[in-house]
Amino acid sequence: MASSSVADQEGQVMLLGFWFSPFVKRVEWALKFKGIEYDYVEEDLTNKSTLLLTSNPIHKKVPVLIHNGNPIAESLVIIEYIDETWKQNPILSQDPYERAMARFWANFIEQKVTEPAREALFSKGEQQEKKVKELKEGMEVVEGEAKAKLNDKTLFFGGGNGVGYVDIVLGWTCNWMETIEEVGGFKVLDPESQPQFHKWMANFREVPFIKPTLEPKEKLVEFFRMIRQDRLGLVANK
Amino acid sequence: MAEEEVKLFGTWVSPFSRRIEVALKLKGVQYEYIEEDLTNKSPALLNYNPVNKQIPVLVHNGKPVAESLVIMEYIDETWKHNPILPADPYERAMARFWAKYIDEKFCAAARKIVVAKGEEQKGEIDEIQQQMKNLEGELKEKKFFGGESLGFLDIAANIIIWLVVGQEALGMDQILNEEKLPVLHGWLHRLLDDAVFKECVPPKDRHLDLFKVKFGSSIASK
Repeated sequence: MASSSVADQEGQVMLLGFWFSPFVKRVEWALKFKGIEYDYVEEDLTNKSTLLLTSNPIHKKVPVLIHNGNPIAESLVIIEYIDETWKQNPILSQDPYERAMARFWANFIEQKVTEPAREALFSKGEQQEKKVKELKEGMEVVEGEAKAKLNDKTLFFGGGNGVGYVDIVLGWTCNWMETIEEVGGFKVLDPESQPQFHKWMANFREVPFIKPTLEPKEKLVEFFRMIRQDRLGLVANK
Repeated sequence: MAEEEVKLFGTWVSPFSRRIEVALKLKGVQYEYIEEDLTNKSPALLNYNPVNKQIPVLVHNGKPVAESLVIMEYIDETWKHNPILPADPYERAMARFWAKYIDEKFCAAARKIVVAKGEEQKGEIDEIQQQMKNLEGELKEKKFFGGESLGFLDIAANIIIWLVVGQEALGMDQILNEEKLPVLHGWLHRLLDDAVFKECVPPKDRHLDLFKVKFGSSIASK
């Protein structure tokens, strides 16, 4: 597929990603939620395309959304852009206070759940123990919020039966958390102490536009096991 | 018009709470400021931000908002005059991208600089100068990141001032020097000249003293 003509095509949406990336998946969920047509480009972790490197020269990472030739990086920034550009099926509420609450929780999830989880996956020993502890504490707060906000009528953080921003940001946990536990060799998921969170995960997995996108656990485990070994191998050789 | 009650919990030396002061002043919003002692946090603060227990917290008609960039967006959406973020979604995305870059990458590098020594410190200085070069790429020929007037990213980039004061307090060579970073150097001077912004930086002498007390010993032991 020719990349030089991409910039000329009015309205064209392209997403650069990795099949295994939870950050990319979030963006896909946002696009699918709004029914936006897009071209997906699978990048190679070991051989990043020129398009990726020029579209995201600062971080050189996926996801990158390219709309009308304009690139946007960072999953949360991309999701807000999608919400502001395509008005159907709003992801964030229209109310400024509700928006602030959603953004606050998205930030919290990134700093206290997503980051520690990632660091726990790629560390071992004392460093990993520290990160697992942080992750558990983050999960406790998430469970508290789930207890406060969710019930039989309100299945999602977006309110009612519809997913919203917080669900999309937290959504990676419903598929990747088990993988991280298995590959990293630790446990954070506990249905007994996290009943509301587990209910939320079960409901999220069943959302019609989410379900078909979830990668099989064995495939994710095999891949992340390789990455973890690779990264820790490098550290050991120093 | 309904009576508005706006409170800001902050500290005089936090760049994050100073950001909120700029945003509120740019919009002409009247507010009550509460100076917190972070070694002895008030019950009010702990009540308004039980999750992170941090400043800044904005309380609008009794409802609290935390996290400086989240608060700034809330202010922009609630008081719509003198917009802080641009109208165009792509430009908004760019402002958010770079504000995130500052809060994640720049802050991490700045923290490391004050505690690192020798070669490691030099490496961190190179890193932060590269980051500032990247920011120059976003600023280009403009007066401010926001264009003719201060915007979201200018306010978020206030933290650069803390680096400049810190390096001065520790007797280091200028990191943000005119030779290496002419574009950002010019921007910084315009920022500090701005009538609203300059009211929202810590008093220089007090700031220098605090830095020396906090970090001076790490330099003395070199």
